Amino acid sequence: MFLTITTTGTPERPATDLGYLLHKHPGKAQAFSTSYGTAHVLYPEAEAQRCTAALLLEVDAVALVRRGKGKGRGGAPDAVLAQYVNDRPYAASSLLAVALSNVFSSAMKGVCNARPELPGQARPLRVEVPALPARGGPDLVRGLFEPLGWAVTAEPVPLDTAFPEWGDSRYVSLVLESDTLTVAEALRHLYVLLPVLDDAKHYWVAPDEVDKLLRVGEGWLPGHPEQRLITSRYLSRRWSLTRQATERLELVRLAETDDSEVEEIDNAVEAETEAEEKPTPLAVQRREAIVTALRQAGAARVLDLGCGQGQLVQALLKDPAFTEIVGVDVSMRALTIASRRLKLDRMGERQASRVQLFQGSLAYTDARLKGYDAAVLSEVIEHLDLPRLPALEYAVFGSARPRTVLVTTPNVEYNVRWESLPAGHVRHGDHRFEWTRAEFRAWAEAVAERHGYAVEFVAVGPDDPEVGPPTQMAVFTMTTPKEAKAA
Amino acid sequence: MTDETQGRVLPVTDLSLVVLIGASGSGKSTFARRHFKPTEVISSDFCRGLVSDDENDQGATRDAFDVLHYIAGKRLAAGRRTVVDATSVQSDARRQLIDLARQYDVLPIAIVLDVPEEVCAERNAARTDRADMPRRVIHRHTRELRRSLRHLEREGFRKVHVLRGVDEVEHATVVTEKRFNDLTHLTGPFDIIGDIHGCSAELESLLAKLGYVDGVHPEGRTAVFVGDLVDRGPDSPGVLRRVMAMVKSGNALCVPGNHENKYGRYLRGRKVQHTHGLAETIEQMAGESEEFLAEVREFLDGLVSHYVLDGGRLVVCHAGLPEKYHGRTSGRVRSHALYGDTTGETDEFGLPVRYPWAEDYRGRAAVVYGHTPVPEATWLNNTICLDTGAVFGGKLTALRWPERELAEVPAERVWYEPTKPLRSEAPGGQDGRPLDLADVRGRRVVETRHQGRVAIREENAAAALEVMSRFAVDPRLLPYLPPTMAPTATSHVEGYLEHPAEAFAQYKDDGVARVVCEEKHMGSRAVALVCRDAEAARKRFGVGGGTTGSLYTRTGRPFLDDAALTEEILDRLRTAIGEAGLWDELETDWLLLDAELMPWSLKASGLLRSQYAAVGAASGAVLPQALSALRSAADRGVDVAGLLTRTGERATDAAAFTEAYRRYCWTTDGLEGVRLAPFQILAVQGRSLAGLPHDEQLALLDRLVEHDGSGLLQTTRRLYVDTADPESVRAGVDWWLEMTGRGGEGMVVKPVGAVVRDGQGRLVQPGIKCRGREYLRIIYGPEYTRPENLARLRSRFLNHKRSLAIREYALGLEALDRLAEGEPLWRVHEAVFGVLALESEPVDPRL
Repeated sequence: MFLTITTTGTPERPATDLGYLLHKHPGKAQAFSTSYGTAHVLYPEAEAQRCTAALLLEVDAVALVRRGKGKGRGGAPDAVLAQYVNDRPYAASSLLAVALSNVFSSAMKGVCNARPELPGQARPLRVEVPALPARGGPDLVRGLFEPLGWAVTAEPVPLDTAFPEWGDSRYVSLVLESDTLTVAEALRHLYVLLPVLDDAKHYWVAPDEVDKLLRVGEGWLPGHPEQRLITSRYLSRRWSLTRQATERLELVRLAETDDSEVEEIDNAVEAETEAEEKPTPLAVQRREAIVTALRQAGAARVLDLGCGQGQLVQALLKDPAFTEIVGVDVSMRALTIASRRLKLDRMGERQASRVQLFQGSLAYTDARLKGYDAAVLSEVIEHLDLPRLPALEYAVFGSARPRTVLVTTPNVEYNVRWESLPAGHVRHGDHRFEWTRAEFRAWAEAVAERHGYAVEFVAVGPDDPEVGPPTQMAVFTMTTPKEAKAA
Repeated sequence: MTDETQGRVLPVTDLSLVVLIGASGSGKSTFARRHFKPTEVISSDFCRGLVSDDENDQGATRDAFDVLHYIAGKRLAAGRRTVVDATSVQSDARRQLIDLARQYDVLPIAIVLDVPEEVCAERNAARTDRADMPRRVIHRHTRELRRSLRHLEREGFRKVHVLRGVDEVEHATVVTEKRFNDLTHLTGPFDIIGDIHGCSAELESLLAKLGYVDGVHPEGRTAVFVGDLVDRGPDSPGVLRRVMAMVKSGNALCVPGNHENKYGRYLRGRKVQHTHGLAETIEQMAGESEEFLAEVREFLDGLVSHYVLDGGRLVVCHAGLPEKYHGRTSGRVRSHALYGDTTGETDEFGLPVRYPWAEDYRGRAAVVYGHTPVPEATWLNNTICLDTGAVFGGKLTALRWPERELAEVPAERVWYEPTKPLRSEAPGGQDGRPLDLADVRGRRVVETRHQGRVAIREENAAAALEVMSRFAVDPRLLPYLPPTMAPTATSHVEGYLEHPAEAFAQYKDDGVARVVCEEKHMGSRAVALVCRDAEAARKRFGVGGGTTGSLYTRTGRPFLDDAALTEEILDRLRTAIGEAGLWDELETDWLLLDAELMPWSLKASGLLRSQYAAVGAASGAVLPQALSALRSAADRGVDVAGLLTRTGERATDAAAFTEAYRRYCWTTDGLEGVRLAPFQILAVQGRSLAGLPHDEQLALLDRLVEHDGSGLLQTTRRLYVDTADPESVRAGVDWWLEMTGRGGEGMVVKPVGAVVRDGQGRLVQPGIKCRGREYLRIIYGPEYTRPENLARLRSRFLNHKRSLAIREYALGLEALDRLAEGEPLWRVHEAVFGVLALESEPVDPRL
């Protein structure tokens, strides 16, 4: 990984002052050892008119992997680091940012004992980062650097010129130019924004990172229009990194077995936790509709099948009429988050006795699910491949057989009303299908007929005269108490 | 009473709850010690000690008995005889034990030690811990015992042995008796025959078809009748005569059906309704002699409601039996065996609705039964109903055991009009009934034929459950998952991490003389289940909707998102199989193939873009600039020589890396550019081919490829090597060098004999992969060949990977065997699920 800082000068203010500013002599190549390899500082050019300092970090990829290995796959904070094939030796990431702060620590603080006047002076600066991983692409790169006074050139790097159809990589070749900034400011910007753009860190984000960020961001971060994004990316990874390292391992391995990316199968939990903090009104409306239907049915013991992160369980807990609430999900990760959300470990005994979370799968019948008043399948069926739906149908209506079953699913007709949704797209990457109102009705009525239930339909959300509501809900009520084949 | 000198002989059933009854000091513990294993005996004193640290703490009695009942319950559930050493002189205490015996369906047996009060008192006085026990306690015990004696059998004890006086207690011996239903020592072979209902002519035809000559089989086979010999049909006396003669001469076994049971009660003079065909039997028997009627009565009285046969592998009864009742003895076991279970409802014909116990059945023993007329005898969860309605104009069916083959003769006519039409009440297979979570959840142990017990950890099962539920193809079309494969031992040849010499040496050590080297294709693993047509898929795998098979990845996901494209691949395979004549030659209408699907980029494109191509892109962007900066610095006279050289080498390695992955990528359009290289036929109808030697396998597959006109199929190049012949080994190494030198992925070395064991009887690795030097850049990173990197990478640990490979292999073989033997879906799925779960075990992913 590699970056250069260039300045131009005049005989009065020679460019070679860069040597003083960086505390590195332009005539020498210097090496500094860092935890993941060796950082070299050298000057490809050092004239009064123009002087360039280059920082080259030789990453020891084997050490990078082996470092985490002693503690198993969980040793590395980021799954990528556990691969020998990773871009860290080449791309400008947090490794480079850390090297930057180690090698140029005085320069970053703006200290220069030999020439105390220099650090305060702005000078013409040009920073080149040939391979900068940028989640958010060139637009975000501009959005982050331009408000700070940089002129930004960010060219996307193609993935593989032999396969143009693969498109661009997540790297940009970055050039920053400015006449109004000091070297110290430039270094601080890079120190914070390189990892922010990379959106991954090689080290554990410790609580003192907050202080560090505030210190380094002094003077420029508070007024930055993207302050929220910078702060959250810089800090919020803490939880998710820990989680990656401890909770996803089995799934990571199954993805690897299949030559897939882990995100392809570990997508039961939405990536954007931010969005979920302030739930969209539709999700709230859906929960309200479900709770109302459950109350109308007089249900006390309720199954939330596919409980996800436990939002509905949480809502049900607030009403003492629900004496037993069971959240079931196939994703262990979702259950862990649900348990954290509900604070199960700190809940009083009486409350805790009302709620249970466990792993289950509707692809199988499950004796633990029998005998409940009601079951909710909220936004669940569309996550199943259609050919697997009969198995779910039997597990719920044939085997578990609660008195009431609520099923909600998106109404695909309504998708045209979503401004942000491109035409023909489903609402979530993992939706295997989305149904029209007629399709949903046909399915629900056939299920009701086969298993001895009556079914009614409820609109959730604004009921558009043309395309119907965004969410459709079916309320099944058992009419034949026991089916001959109920196992 | 037996001879005083020899003492009383007390028969005690091998699975029973034995209750010793006697006052404190009557010698129960001594008696128990003398006649039973120490672990069979639970004493209340011991349990008192467990909960209170004091064996005589009467305040702890209630808790102590809770513990005692708990332990006894666990033992009885596990099928172990249990002896309760407590006074048990009060009827209330005994009632709890009798309830316990009933709960676990074992016989309660009472042994009473009726010893004079003085003797008890004397003995207690001699014991320091009981010296202060008041005399009135012993007096009360004795009084209660005396009062109890007359009622023991009425309380529910099925055997009562009363030992009177010290001498009788001293000299008694206990003999263990087998249960009547325990015929595990009989191994047959058997011909199990379904409900006959007086169809004497059909019975004779079937016996003849099975090879019986006048009730005797020349090869010594034993007929087993599942009951309902009588009623409805034309000749119940004839059927009884034949069956009774065969049972008497030892050529047959017979369990009673509900019809025999009712007829037996009629014969004993009980009042029964002459419905459901009983009237016919009574009428037909009217002409029979008193003597014959007496014989019949005796025969029916002596019938045992179910039998456990063939080492516990086979259970025969009339109406089916859940596993927890196998070999048990209680009223409800008998009742289930005779009548089955009902839901308590009646259907539209006024007949009781039967509870589908077989759907829940997960037992190891096959249960063969009758009772419920079905159009076809089909296996469901290792159970099969043989009542194919002969009397209703269906057929009379027999199951040959252990062959598991059906034999049948059609009814000569409709002898009796059925109340309701014959229809299959055995669900499963056909109607998409899902598997039960209990089949796969939590920590499990899977029994395998080839490698014994394979354990699956809970966390691995949890991960597998998520992938199986959310991403896998229908389990009915997922009868197998391929095992992982271990790489060759690490090479010390300069510049190489893997080299074939080690693979050949390892097989030589394992005693494998001949191996086959098969070219690795560097695509993605694909398993293809190809059925001859949609009807074959429906019949064998129970799937509808015109599906003709499946094509899935190593974790059971559909290989292609596009179902139409999948069908097209299956169709091309089907055509090639037909052209090559393999349907007929292998006597099958489906084929399970293990294969490699190319290009790699077809499935791994996400990974390629995010990881492999990304590394290529980043290195390509950064290294030229770094090199140019270094050259400029060098030109200025700065000493960067070492760094410049290293960075130059980095650039070369990075370029080689990009070249390496590019070899396995090409653009496809539909099936244009897609290639499939099958390398093993895993199974066909009724047969696992996992054990077929690889040379024969490859010969079959070559024919398949030859007959593919579509250009989809590709052969696997191979070379046979004799591990003991240095010349041959050298040729193998050269072949590999040549192939990998041209950028090939490498090869897999396999014993030609396929499933092979070493000198100590352990399974040897079914294959060892040996990956090319350039290919390994994709695994170990662009710069892995640098000497300092290789030196470190050589310390890699293969044992876990090897063990994992063997365990997964054993599970895979097990799945194929279970599939071939037509075992129920859950049994096949259990093994398949196990492979997926093991795949999530922590092992170095680069191996």
